[in-house]
Amino acid sequence: MAKQLYWEDVKDGGEVTPLSKVATQQTLVKWAGASGDFVPLHYDDQFAAASGVGSSIVHGALKRQWLVHLMTDWIGEDGFLKKFSCQYRQMDYPRKMKSLTEPLDGETWLCKGTVTKKYVEGGDHLVDCNIWVENGKGEKTTLGAATVVLPTKG
Amino acid sequence: MLPEEVTKFIGKKGPTSVFEVEREAIRRFADSVDDSNPLYYDEDYARKSKHGTIIAPPGFISAPWFNGRPRKWAARAETAPDETAGLLPALVGAGYGRVLDGGIEYEFLKPIKAGDTITSTTEIADVTVREGRSGKMAFIIRQITYTNQHGEVVAEARGTSIHPEGSPES
Repeated sequence: MAKQLYWEDVKDGGEVTPLSKVATQQTLVKWAGASGDFVPLHYDDQFAAASGVGSSIVHGALKRQWLVHLMTDWIGEDGFLKKFSCQYRQMDYPRKMKSLTEPLDGETWLCKGTVTKKYVEGGDHLVDCNIWVENGKGEKTTLGAATVVLPTKG
Repeated sequence: MLPEEVTKFIGKKGPTSVFEVEREAIRRFADSVDDSNPLYYDEDYARKSKHGTIIAPPGFISAPWFNGRPRKWAARAETAPDETAGLLPALVGAGYGRVLDGGIEYEFLKPIKAGDTITSTTEIADVTVREGRSGKMAFIIRQITYTNQHGEVVAEARGTSIHPEGSPES
């Protein structure tokens, strides 16, 4: 775990510590099982092609959970993720597998964020952030926002 | 404009489902995200934390927007009838046969712990239609409330599903 983040350490306009992710066809099968989303768009290329998306696509909800991970890693155990939202704007395509465990070379995604507001409300020390997932071309395929409660040094 | 056969579902309630938050389900969920936070799998670590036990990542309680499809946990018990069962067929009948996940908004109120029993209730908050770049799309907004075994609301969610015009496999 990263060290604890304190409200005093956060600057307006500052950066959320980025997190990199790789989605493979195997990841999507694991996510399907873990999340219960068995829509064939995410593991059946033929179905995905017939549905007009080309080949199997990354679950939006997996990208959502990547962004949740971005925030929970950043705020540490004494921070609390209070509000979170995201919208899926663009399809992402997983790397295919080269071996049982290794993906083919290809795209790596980056989860990023910036601080948009730092304030105190109802006794809580809060920080608002814009967050997003970038694909390998630097395009923002998922956009989101989060509000977190942070501990203070006081 | 959407026909009345579709809009009559606004305000209707989906099934109330009750499910147990199992340790192994938390571990698999975190593993599929590649999130190695020990609070999600390390019993000793979690016991010494302020939570006193393993917790589920925020978002573990996904929005069950696939009404009537396999989803995260099959409902263990349904304590109310599903008034929304006819919504997707009605949308298909109106020409909106495809489906995409549009996104979600959460408000988290309390951590969810391993062993909790969570009751989720869903209501159709809105059904609208918009003209997008790639044609007309219907949107279903579902309001979901998650309550634990102590009667505490642990999270609220608003999930959006997008239904582009066309047949299911067009």
